[in-house]
Amino acid sequence: MRFMMLMIPKGYESVAPGTLPDAKAIEVMMRYNETLQKAGVLLTLDGLHPPSMGARVSFSGGKPTVTDGPFAEAKEVLGGYWMIQVRSKEEAIEWASRCPASDNEMIEIRQVQEFADFPPDVQKAAAGFVEMQTQNGQYQGA
Amino acid sequence: MTDSGTHRAIDAVWRIESAAIIARVARMVRDVGLAEELAQDALVTALEQWPEKGVPDKPAAWLMTAAKNRALDHLRQRKLHQAKHEEFGHELEIEEALRQEHAVNAIDAALDDDIGDDLLRLVFTACHPVLSADARVALTLRLLGGLTTGEIARAFLVPEATIAQRIVRAKRTLSEARVPFEVPRKDALATRLSSVLDVLYLIFNEGYAATSGGDWMRPALCEEALRLGRIVAELVPDEPEVHGLVALMEIQASRAAARIGPGGEPVLLLEQNRSRWDQLLIRRGLAALERAAQHGGALGPYALQAAIAACHARARTAQETDWGRIAALYDALGQLAPSPVVALNRAVAIAMAYGLAAGLELVDALTAEPQLKAYHLLPSVRGDLLCKLGRHDEARTEFERAATLTHNVREQHLLLTRAHACAMDAKSLP
Repeated sequence: MRFMMLMIPKGYESVAPGTLPDAKAIEVMMRYNETLQKAGVLLTLDGLHPPSMGARVSFSGGKPTVTDGPFAEAKEVLGGYWMIQVRSKEEAIEWASRCPASDNEMIEIRQVQEFADFPPDVQKAAAGFVEMQTQNGQYQGA
Repeated sequence: MTDSGTHRAIDAVWRIESAAIIARVARMVRDVGLAEELAQDALVTALEQWPEKGVPDKPAAWLMTAAKNRALDHLRQRKLHQAKHEEFGHELEIEEALRQEHAVNAIDAALDDDIGDDLLRLVFTACHPVLSADARVALTLRLLGGLTTGEIARAFLVPEATIAQRIVRAKRTLSEARVPFEVPRKDALATRLSSVLDVLYLIFNEGYAATSGGDWMRPALCEEALRLGRIVAELVPDEPEVHGLVALMEIQASRAAARIGPGGEPVLLLEQNRSRWDQLLIRRGLAALERAAQHGGALGPYALQAAIAACHARARTAQETDWGRIAALYDALGQLAPSPVVALNRAVAIAMAYGLAAGLELVDALTAEPQLKAYHLLPSVRGDLLCKLGRHDEARTEFERAATLTHNVREQHLLLTRAHACAMDAKSLP
C-alpha cells in the first residue's frame, strides 16, 4: 500500500517568496531520503515552494475565484511530500518517526487510494483472473 | 498506546529492521538459521517488555542491540564449550568475532556503514544454489522480507506446515553444507547474482499471475519482490541486470489495474485502457532501465525484457507501438536465452511490424516445437493471425483448439467467443 507523508512546517504559511531550506537542512534530509530509498520504500518525493508564491482557486457560488498567496487564514500548509510503499500504516508511521524533522514540523500520513480499495463487487469481479504469461517471457498479446 | 497498538508498532519496526538484524547477527555467529532464532528472541523480549515499559526512543537500535547481545552470549557459551573440546581453529574464529564486535560497538557509526555488506551476504545466502528454488523463495521472503511463515503459506496457497518445514530444511541444508556467510567473489558474482534475481522474479510472478481469491497476500508478493529488488539494486548498483529486473517489475506492476476487465476477465496488453497504467511506476521503470543501459555493453535478459515492456509503456496507444524495435529486442533475447515462448513472441512482433504473412510463417514453424504442444497461446496466436488474414475457417479451428488447451474458464470463454466470431465472418463472406 502507498502512503503520502505530508510535511507540514509551521510558519511556512507566511515565509517570503523564494525562501528555500539551507544546505545543512537539505543535507540532513537527503540522508533520510537515502535511507528510504535503500529500504526500497520510496516511490517519489517533492518539496514545495512556499504558499506566498502560490495561489488558491476556490469555487464558492459555482465559479472559480483566484486568491494569490500568502493565505492569511491558512494555519497549516504543505512543505513537501514523500510517497512511500509499505505494508502497513504502522510501517508508514515508523518511517515518518525517523524523519530528522525540526521542532516546528509535523508529518501527516495519508493512505493513497488504490485499486484494492474499490468496493467489494469490483474486487469480486477481479477474482479468477489469470495472466497469460510463462516463466520464459511474457506473452505481449496479438 | 494500547497493547495491540504497541504490538502493531513492534511488528512494523520488526518488518523494517529484521533483515538487517538477522544479517548482522549472522555475521557474528556465521549461521543464518541461528541468527534468525537469536533475532526472534530479541523480538519476543520486545513483545514482552514494550507493552509494559513503553516503546523505547529508538526501537530499531534497541532490537539490534538486544539481538547482538544474545549473539555475544551465544558465542561466549560456545567458546567455553569448545575450550573443553579443544577445537582450536574454531575458537580463534570466535575470539575474532568477539573482538570485532567489541570494536564495532565502540564506534556505533561503523555499524550503519557496513550493514549493507551484511545484508548483501544475507541475500546471497538465502538464494544460495545449494537450495532448491522453492527453498530459496521461502527463505528470501522469511529472512529478507520479514514475512511470517503463515503469510508465506497464504501467499503460495500451501499449508503453513509445508512452508515451516521448507524453511527448517533450507536452514539445515545451509548449515550442513557449511555455506559461508559471504558475498561471492568477483568470478562467481554474476552467476550467483542471476540466481538472486531469478528468485525475486519468481516471487514477483507468483503475485502477478495471482489466479485466485481476493487475498491480499498474493498481489502483495509483487510489492515485496519490487521492494527487495530495489534494495538489492542499491546494494550492488554497478550490476546492470539488477536495474534491468527492477525496471521489468516496475513496468509490469504499472499495468496491474488495467489487466482485469469489469467482469474479472483478463485484458490483453493491446486492449488495456492505458490511462489506467500507473505512470509513476512507468517513470521509475524507465529510469531503472536507463541505469541498466548506462553501464554500457549488451543488455542482459532482464534488461531486454524490460526494454520490450518499455516499448509498450512508451506507446500512448496500441497503434503507436514500435513493433520493429520489439522484434529486434526479442531477437536479442532469443539469442541470449532461447525459448519457444520467446520465439512465439518474436513471431507476433514480426507480424505486427513486417506483415501478418511473415509472422504466420514463423508461427507455423513453431507448431512442430514439442515444448509448445500443449501451450494454448500457440493456436491462439495462430488463430489471431489467420483471422486477420481473412482465413476465418482455419482461424476458428485454431481458437477452438486453444480453448481445449486452457483450463481457465474465462480464457476458454474468450477463445470460444472469438471462434464463434470467426465462424460468423466466414459465413458472411460473399
